[in-house]
Amino acid sequence: MLLVELIKGFSVTLRHMFRRRVTVQYPEQRRRDAPIFRGRHRLQRYADGLERCVGCALCASVCPSEAIYLEAAENDPTNPVSPGERYAKVYQIHLLRCIYCGFCEEACPEDAIVMGPEYELAADARAKCVISKKDMLTPREAGFGDYETFPAPRIG
Amino acid sequence: MNEFLLDTLIIVIKIGVVFGLVIGSVPVLVLAERKVLGWMQVRPGPNRVGPWGLLQTLVDGAKVFFKENIIPDGVEPLTYRLAPLLVILPVLIAASVIPFGPPVKIAGREIPLAIADFDLSLLFFFAVATLSVYGIVLAGWSSNNKWSLMGGLRSSAQMFSYEITLSLSIVGILLTSGTFRLTAIVGQQSGGFWHWNVFLQPLGFVLFLLAAIAEVNRTPFDLPEAESELTGGFHTEYSGMRFVMFYMSEYSSVFVMSSLIATLFFGGYNPPFPYTFGTSWFDGAIGLFWLLAKIGALVFFFIWLRGTLPRLRYDELMMLGWKILFPLAFLNLIFTAILVALNWPGWLLGLVGAGALVLTDLVVSQILWRRRRAAG
Ligand code: SF4
Ligand code: SF4
Repeated sequence: MLLVELIKGFSVTLRHMFRRRVTVQYPEQRRRDAPIFRGRHRLQRYADGLERCVGCALCASVCPSEAIYLEAAENDPTNPVSPGERYAKVYQIHLLRCIYCGFCEEACPEDAIVMGPEYELAADARAKCVISKKDMLTPREAGFGDYETFPAPRIG
Repeated sequence: MNEFLLDTLIIVIKIGVVFGLVIGSVPVLVLAERKVLGWMQVRPGPNRVGPWGLLQTLVDGAKVFFKENIIPDGVEPLTYRLAPLLVILPVLIAASVIPFGPPVKIAGREIPLAIADFDLSLLFFFAVATLSVYGIVLAGWSSNNKWSLMGGLRSSAQMFSYEITLSLSIVGILLTSGTFRLTAIVGQQSGGFWHWNVFLQPLGFVLFLLAAIAEVNRTPFDLPEAESELTGGFHTEYSGMRFVMFYMSEYSSVFVMSSLIATLFFGGYNPPFPYTFGTSWFDGAIGLFWLLAKIGALVFFFIWLRGTLPRLRYDELMMLGWKILFPLAFLNLIFTAILVALNWPGWLLGLVGAGALVLTDLVVSQILWRRRRAAG
C-alpha cells in the first residue's frame, strides 16, 4: 500500500535525524591520513645531513605532466651536497601541473623524492604554487623518517 | 474624524506586525530547513556563524545585500524588475486574512487579530495567493533564457492544475462550516482537538496538503526550479536582492500556507484542549502561541518531506494532479454535500472520509503496481 510505504520512507529520514553525525569539523578536527597518502613532495636527506638526490633527472623524465624542473651540478668533493657525483642545484615542482601520481617517487633510484602528507596547498597566486628545494627538503633538525636507519654511502 | 484616524493607525500597526512576522519568519525557516535537512543527512548543518549557527542566515542576507544587482543583456527591463515584486507581494497580502489570535480588547475597543476580517476572507486568500504565478511566469519570460522560460511555464501549468484541487478540497469545509469567514471557521473548531476540521475532512485535508505543497513549489513538486533539469528555473538570471526576493517569497509562502492549513484544519489559534478565550492581552498571546506552534509543526513536515521524497517527473506530476487528486477532490465534495444534506453527524463524515482515503490508497497502489508490472 502506498500509505504504508510512505510511512516507512518518512520514518527512515526521521530516524536519521537522531543518528550520530559523521561530519569531521575540519580545521579543528582532522582525520588520520592513510600511510600511503600522496600529498606534497618531500626531498629526503641522509642521517648525516647529505641530500639523497643525485640529480639524475629520472623523476623529471617519468613525470607525466612535466611538473619537475631540475638543474644538476657537479659536487665539490671537499664539501659535497649529496653522496653522488652530482646533486640537484635547482629542483622545482609545479604543484598546479602535478597530478600527485607518485611516479617520481617510484622512479627515484635514491629514494630522494617522496610524497609527503601535506595537503593544504591553497595559494593566492600561481607563482606560489611552484615550490623549490627549500620548501621540499626535510630540515636537518627534523627526524628523517625511515631513512634514518640507512647509513650514507660515500663515493670517492 | 478622530475615530477614523485611530482606526487607520490600528490597521497600519497590524499590517506592520503581520508583515514583520511573515518576513521575519524567513531567516528562521531557512535556518530550520538547513539544520533539519542536515540532521536527516547525518551532518550538523550550519554551525560556524554565531552560537549553534544561529546567525548564518543573517550573514547570508548581509552578503547578498552587498552583491551586485546584475541585469543581463536582452532581458525585458520593466518586467524583469517587476517580477520579484509580483511574486512576493501576493504572499504578503494573502497573509492579511489569517487570524493570528482571538479578538482582544484594548482601551475598550475590540480588535480582531487579523489585518482584515470580512465575510469572503477565504476566497480573498485564494484570489490573491494565486497571483504570484504571474510573477514567476513573467520572471521566466523576461529573462530571455530558455531554462527560465521553461521553469516559468512549468510553474503556470502546475499552478493551474493544482489550483483546482486546492479550491475543491476546501469546499467540503465550507459545506460543514457554512461560512467563508476565516475567523468563523476557527471559532467553530474551538473546544479541544476533536473539534478540528481535519477529523471532519480527512480526505479533504490530504488533498489540500498535497495541492498546497504544489502551490508553494516545494519538493517533491518543485519542478519550476528543478536544479538538475533547468539550472535555477525561473530565477536563473537573477542575482543580488532580486534573487533574495524570490527566495523570501518561497519561504514566506510556506509560512503563510502553513498558517492557512493550521487555520482551516487544525483549529487555528485554538489550543488542543477546551479553552474559552477572553479578550485580554494574555489570551491573544496564548492564541498566537498555539497558532505558531501548529505552523512550526507544519513547516517541519514540509522540511521533512523535502528530506524524504525525490522530485516527481513532469508527466507524473500532471497525472497525479489531473487523474488522481482532481477526481478525489470532486468525490470528496460530492459525498460531503450528500452527508451534510442528510444531516449526518460529524464523526460519521470523518469516518467516511478516512475510509475513502484508505480505499483510494489501495486502488492507486494497485494501479501503479500493475502498470509497473506491465512495463516489465
Ligand atoms: S607526482 Fe606525478 S605528476 Fe607529480 S611530480 Fe611526481 S611524477 Fe610528476
Ligand atoms: S629526486 Fe631522485 S630521480 Fe629525481 S633527480 Fe633526484 S635522485 Fe634522480
